[in-house]
Amino acid sequence: MSEQKLPLLKVKDLHVYYGAIHAIKGISLEVSEGEIVTLIGANGAGKSTTLNTVAGLLKPRQGTIAFAGMPVEGTAASRMVYKGLSLCPEGRRIFQQMTVRDNLLMGGYSRPKEELEDSVDHVFSFFPRLKERERQIAGTLSGGEQQMLAMGRALMSKPKLMMLDEPSMGLAPILVEQIFEIIRSLNHSGTTILLVEQNAQMALSVAHRAYVMETGRITMSGAAADLLHDDNVRKAYLGS
Amino acid sequence: MVNFLVNLVNGLSLGSVYAIIALGYTMVYGIAKMLNFAHGDVIMVGAYMSYVALRSLSLPPVVAMLLAMVVCTLLGITIEKAAYKPLRQATSLSVLITAIGVSYFLQNMAQLIWGATPVNFPADFITLPSIELLGGQLIIEGATLITILVGAAVMVGLNLFIGKTKIGKAMRAVSEDRGAAELMGINVNRTISITFAIGSALAAIAGVLLWAKVFKLEPTTGAIPGIKAFTAAVLGGIGSIPGAMLGGILLGIIEIFGRAYVSTALSDAIVFSVLIIVLLVRPTGLLGKPIQEKV
Repeated sequence: MSEQKLPLLKVKDLHVYYGAIHAIKGISLEVSEGEIVTLIGANGAGKSTTLNTVAGLLKPRQGTIAFAGMPVEGTAASRMVYKGLSLCPEGRRIFQQMTVRDNLLMGGYSRPKEELEDSVDHVFSFFPRLKERERQIAGTLSGGEQQMLAMGRALMSKPKLMMLDEPSMGLAPILVEQIFEIIRSLNHSGTTILLVEQNAQMALSVAHRAYVMETGRITMSGAAADLLHDDNVRKAYLGS
Repeated sequence: MVNFLVNLVNGLSLGSVYAIIALGYTMVYGIAKMLNFAHGDVIMVGAYMSYVALRSLSLPPVVAMLLAMVVCTLLGITIEKAAYKPLRQATSLSVLITAIGVSYFLQNMAQLIWGATPVNFPADFITLPSIELLGGQLIIEGATLITILVGAAVMVGLNLFIGKTKIGKAMRAVSEDRGAAELMGINVNRTISITFAIGSALAAIAGVLLWAKVFKLEPTTGAIPGIKAFTAAVLGGIGSIPGAMLGGILLGIIEIFGRAYVSTALSDAIVFSVLIIVLLVRPTGLLGKPIQEKV
C-alpha cells in the first residue's frame, strides 16, 4: 500500500457542449495507474460524453485533460490510441461485416504488424470464446460475444488506460457477471480501467474508486466500497 | 453467332469503362457516405488533359494517360478538401447540392480553358493491332482489347489493395463505422482523401479509354458516362466494390445488346429500365447489403 501511484489520467474543470447544450459542467477526476475507477449515474448524466471527450471524439470548450503527464485535450481520437488510451465504445461498435480476427487486427492498427499475432493470442487467453469464433463474421455473434469482441479489440492497442462504456448493456445477468470477472482479471494483469456503468451494483463491487455523476456534474466520489454502502447512493442507484 | 460475339466483346469493353467509373462512385459513397455528382466531370477533365497531352504536346498515349491521372488525382483531393471536407457534419442534402455545384464549376472551368466548341480526340491514338479470331470472322480492335485488359487490371488491383494493404483495411473500417475506425487510430480525413484520389485517378483512366472510341469532347460530355456509371453502381449495390464491377459490366453489355438487337434510339431507355426493375426486386442493388440505420 505504500507504493506511490501515478495519476495516469487527470481531468480538471472540464466543460463540454453539444451546440448550445451544456452537457458537462466542470468536472474533475483522476485515475491512477493500476486502478479500476468507475463513473456511475443515470441516463443522460454525461458519463459517455466524458469518456468520448477524454478519448478525443469530442472537443472540450474549457478545462484540461492530462494523460500520462501530458496535456491532451483537443487531440484527435486517432492520435490518442498511439498515446496508450483506448475506448471500448457504448453499443460495442464492432465491424459487423469483418471476421472476429479482422476486428481484432483492426484494434491493433496503431501497432507494428509483427507484434499483432502475440496480442491476438493474449486477447484469446481472456476470451476463449472468441478463439472458437475466430473466422466468423462479427455481425453473427451473440450480444455477449460482441461485447467480448469489442473489449478484445480495445485491448489490441495495448492500452495503458482502457475506458469501457456500458459493457453490461443489454446482457443477461450471467454474462454481466462474466464480463465483470474479465474486467477484474484485465486489471490484475496490469491494465488501468475507467468504467462507465448504469449497473451501479456491479460497477461499485469491481472498482476501487468511484465518481457519481448527475446532470453534467460530479456529486459524490470516494472509495467504491464506501459508496456501495452510502444511503444516498443506495436510494438513487441501487434501488433500495 | 459472330455478331453476338462482337457485341459481347464491345459490351465488355464499354462495361469495363463503366465499371472503372462506378468504382469511383461506390468507393466515395462507401467511405465518405456521399454521392459525388462531380465525378463525371472529373472524367471530362481527364479526357481534356490527355487530349492536350496527345495533341499539343504529342506525348505517347501511356504518358498522356499518366499525366491525366496525376492531374485528376490532384483535382480530386482538392475538390474534397475545398468543397466537401468543410461539410463533414452537414446534412447529406447540403453535400449533394455542393457536389452538383462542383460539377457545374468544373464544366464552366473547362469551357473557359478549352472553349465550348467540341474538340476532336485524335482518332486511333491507341495503335495496338486488331486481333482476328475464328478465321478472320471475329475482329477485335486493339482499343477494345486494351480497354477490357485495363478494366480487368484495375479491378484485380483494387481488390488486392482493399483486401491486403493497411490503407485498404482502414478504408473498409471507415466505410463500416467512421467513429469506431477513429478509435482504432485511423486518420479518417486522410482515408477519405486517399479514396477521392483513387476514385479520381480511375476517372482519368476511364476518360482516356472512353474517348479512344467517342472522339468528340466538350465540357459537358462527362455527364452522360457519369450518370450511367452511377446507375451501374446503384445496380450493383452502391457502396459495394464487387457490385460496381458487376453493375458496370452488365450495364455495358445491356447497352450494346439493346442497341444491336432492339433499337439504337432506345438503348439508354433499356439501360435505365433494367435499373428500375432491379431496384423494384432488390432495393439494395444486386450485391448491396441492407443499410442498418444507427440508433
